[in-house]
Formats: sequence, structure tokens, C-alpha cells
Amino acid sequence: MADLTTHIGNLTLKNPVMTASGTFGFGLEFADFVNLEEIGGIIVKGTTLHKREGNPYPRLAETPMGMINAVGLQNKGVDYFVEHTYPQLKDINTQIIVNVAGHSIEDYTACAERINALEKINAIELNISCPNVKEGGMSFGTSCPMVEKVVGAVRKVYDKTLIVKLTPNVTDIAEIAKAAEHAGADSVSLINTLMGMAIDAEKRKPLISTVTGGLSGACVKPVALRMVWQVAKAVKIPVVGLGGIMNATDAIEFMLAGASAIEIGTANFIDPAITVKVAKGIDEYLERHGFKSVKEIIGALEV
Amino acid sequence: MKKYIIDFCVSSNEALGNNAILLKLKAPGQMPEMRPGQFVEVKVENEPNTFLRRPISINYVDRSKNEMWLLVQKVGNGTRKLGELKAGDTLNCVVPLGNGFDTSAVKGKKVLLVGGGVGVAPMLMLGATLKAEGTTPTFLLGARTKDMLLEQDLFEKNGQLYVTTEDGTAGEKGFVTNHSILEKENFDKIFVCGPTPMMKAVAKFAKSKNICCEVSLENKMACGLGACLCCVTETQEGHKCVCTDGPVFNINELAWQI
Repeated sequence: MADLTTHIGNLTLKNPVMTASGTFGFGLEFADFVNLEEIGGIIVKGTTLHKREGNPYPRLAETPMGMINAVGLQNKGVDYFVEHTYPQLKDINTQIIVNVAGHSIEDYTACAERINALEKINAIELNISCPNVKEGGMSFGTSCPMVEKVVGAVRKVYDKTLIVKLTPNVTDIAEIAKAAEHAGADSVSLINTLMGMAIDAEKRKPLISTVTGGLSGACVKPVALRMVWQVAKAVKIPVVGLGGIMNATDAIEFMLAGASAIEIGTANFIDPAITVKVAKGIDEYLERHGFKSVKEIIGALEV
Repeated sequence: MKKYIIDFCVSSNEALGNNAILLKLKAPGQMPEMRPGQFVEVKVENEPNTFLRRPISINYVDRSKNEMWLLVQKVGNGTRKLGELKAGDTLNCVVPLGNGFDTSAVKGKKVLLVGGGVGVAPMLMLGATLKAEGTTPTFLLGARTKDMLLEQDLFEKNGQLYVTTEDGTAGEKGFVTNHSILEKENFDKIFVCGPTPMMKAVAKFAKSKNICCEVSLENKMACGLGACLCCVTETQEGHKCVCTDGPVFNINELAWQI
């Protein structure tokens, strides 16, 4: 067996496979299908300072090789997470990472501060990219000055590993990544969902309540791969790659493009046991190609 | 209830009326425990336009043959592909999902099971379970026309069967809520599965008579596990997941205007 250990700043992952926020609940929902401790990191559902009801139904449209969602950050708020969810997660022997979202800088910092106090949570993923929040979730992630402002503010109150999740709905994602790096991010993860739309022609109506939503699944992989490649060349901090990863080969492609770790999202809906299969598949690839450590394939693309 | 990912083997795939099929699936090992009203998420293979699994309610479990039955209406690319499955093919299912009907307090009571269209599916397993527990149910099943009534013979074996058709080709003419049995009998509990307007009409009747009533919802969903939060319905306590908090809800929990 090859050494699958990888690092995101000071964070050590036993293997490069993590779960994308919003696709794996709090991990517990999948405990019947996988041993959660065989997953490198579990990034739990996006958490905001206050409880959010999310968007009205319908929130989902299936598209060719993918889906559009408009959940709108439905969650019970950080206090509920700290009091009720964290106690159920803290003894799971893997990295548990909280995805932090918000609609003002004060929301982000207050939420990050609460999570900072949790002993067994060694990292947060700052969601500055959810396209579903009207109040400005999008705007934080689409301009360099706003990225610097929000990442800088969270950096001041959060002293563990800070991963910043980037939206692909920008002109130049490498510039945004550099802004996050400059403001003190330990890592960037990308891509969040691509803004998309689906229509019912017969009814002449949009298929989801918010008209537009976030596209994910196999169909976004080529775009995600390209962006990871561009960002990995532009920044010195480690990059976490995600977007349409359905199997181990997809995951390996992201690592070759420069990702130090990967996240599996929509694929969890189709195969609830996919995470451990991908970890196993990466190991088999490394063995087959004679690599001793997964680190040898990070950015190993031969151009 | 523990959930599993299982490769079932297709025993048979029978075409029924109403563009429906009855899939009988053999479990390779021990059949998991499941309750009436629960559902499975099936993986449709070799259908490029079907990316997500399809939630299908459990029609019946035949433990003597180690078989689970799915009654599926062919409405889109995914379900049409299921219609092409042949004996010996494999169907990957995540099972069992959802809460199921609450049958805890119905022993010896008068129970009505209402099904409309392919919504009759979970009522067979529910009726058979109730009968096995000593409570013979009354079924009230509705369809547009006679040919669209499904599994009549099986329902008759498990309880008293009443039928409505919109065109009057079988049973009483009209909707299930027009059937005379609703006035003749006093029911203690009603379980409903079918199109939303039908469920709302039955729920309204139940509410007016102060009868305990449960409905089984069918929202669009992705994971079936309470992770994606796509299939929510409005309840008195805010959004709840149809896949894990449901699919069965007491009508008093829902935010329905009835």
C-alpha cells in the first residue's frame, strides 16, 4: 500500500479524499455504507451564524450528466451545530471540517470564532461562493477586494487551517485565488457549483423555484479541472480540487493538475459508498505506477 | 433501520396497465428489514439522460421467495429504461429509505387505505402487513379508467376492496372522495398515497371528520438520505426532508391549506 497521507497547510489528511459540503450531510447519514474513518476528511453541511430555512421547493433539476440545486444554505445555525451535532462527530477519527457561510463579514467572523473553539475541528472551509444567497454570498467571491476583506477578517479570528472555497462564476479564478492567498488563506478549494438554469418547455416555467441554481455532477468536470490547473500554477498554497469527480480516475486527474486533495460531491448521491472506493482506487493507481506516496502525483502532469 | 446498497437480481418484469411495470427483485443474501411506506433508490444503468437514482416505493416483500416488488409507472427516460430490464439483470438499490406508515395504534380499528394511480404501490405491502397483524383493512383505489387499475386481485386477497374510476368503467364513477363507502363506514385511520390533489382531497375529508390521516409524499429528490436537502416540504416546523422525515407525514404536520 502506498502512503496516501497529504497536507493542507498544517492539516494532515490520512488520504486525499474529502466530502464536498452539502453532499454528505454531517457524515452520520452515510455511516451505514462506509466506515467514516476511512475518509480523509468530512466537510460538513454549510453552517451559518443563524438558522436558515433555505429556498422554497422545488430545489432540484436533473440535467444531462448533472443536476442543478438551489437549496439556499438551509441549516440549523452554528449554535445548534456546536451543541447538538459536534458532540456526535468529535470522536470520529478523521478530519471533520466545517463549511462556514454567511451574508455579512460579521456573520462569517462570528461563525468562524464559534468553530475555532471546537477542539476536534482543525479546519474550516469558508464558503464565499454559494450562488443561492441573495444577500451577497455571491459578491464576496467574485471580486478580489471583497475576497481580501472577508478572508482577512476571518483570518484574524480563526487560527487553525483556513480553506477558502471559490466560485467558478468569475472572469479570472486565478486572480481570486491569489487574493485569498494574500489575505491569509491556508488553501483554496474549487470549484463550487457553476450557475445554471433548467426550463420545463411544456409548462413554460423554470424547473427550480429560484430560476437559476448551482450546476454540479460529471458535466462540470472539464471546467473544474481547467480551473484547478490554472489556480495551482498561480498560488503557492495547496489547492483542493472538486467538481464532477465520479471515480478514482477523475480524482487522480485533479491531483495531476495540481490538487493536494480532492472533494467528492454529487457522486455521493449516486453511490453512497463512493468515497472509500475512490481512496482505494487512488492507492491502486499509485501501486500500478510505482509511486510510494500520493504526494508524488500532485501537479505531476507532463505538459 | 440499517440501510444497504444491494445488487438485486431481476426475477421478472411484467407489463401491467396504465404504462406500469411490476419488477420482482431477488435479494442475493438476506432481505433487509423494511416497513410499509418505505422506498428504495434505484440506479438506472445505460441511460445517458438519467444521472440520479430514482426513488420508488416498495410495493411488497415476499419473504418466502426473498423478493422485493417495485410497481413502477413509466413516465420518463429513467423509468422507461427500468421497463427494459429482463429476468437475470441486476438492479442496484439503496434500501430501505424513509420512515414508513405508522401502524402502531391500529390493531382492531377500522382502517382505510386509499391509493390513486400508481400510488396504490405502497398500499399492498401496508394492507398485507396489517392483515398479518390481525387488522383487515379496507382498500379504496382510484384510477381514470378500468385498464389503469393495478393489482386488483392482490388487494382483494388482503382486505375489502372498493374502486372508483373517473369514467365509470369499474366500481363507482368519480374520484375516490366521491365513493359511498366514506359515508357508510366510520374509519379510525386513513392512509393515502397518490397524486397530490387526491391526497389533499382525502386529507380534507379526514380533517373534517377528525380522522387520523397519513399521506405519502413524492417530492423530487437526489440522495434519499437527508444529505442534499432538495426534497423538502413545508411543515408546521419549517422545511423537512421528504426522504428522511417522510415520505409519510401526518396531515397535521404539513402546512397544507385544507
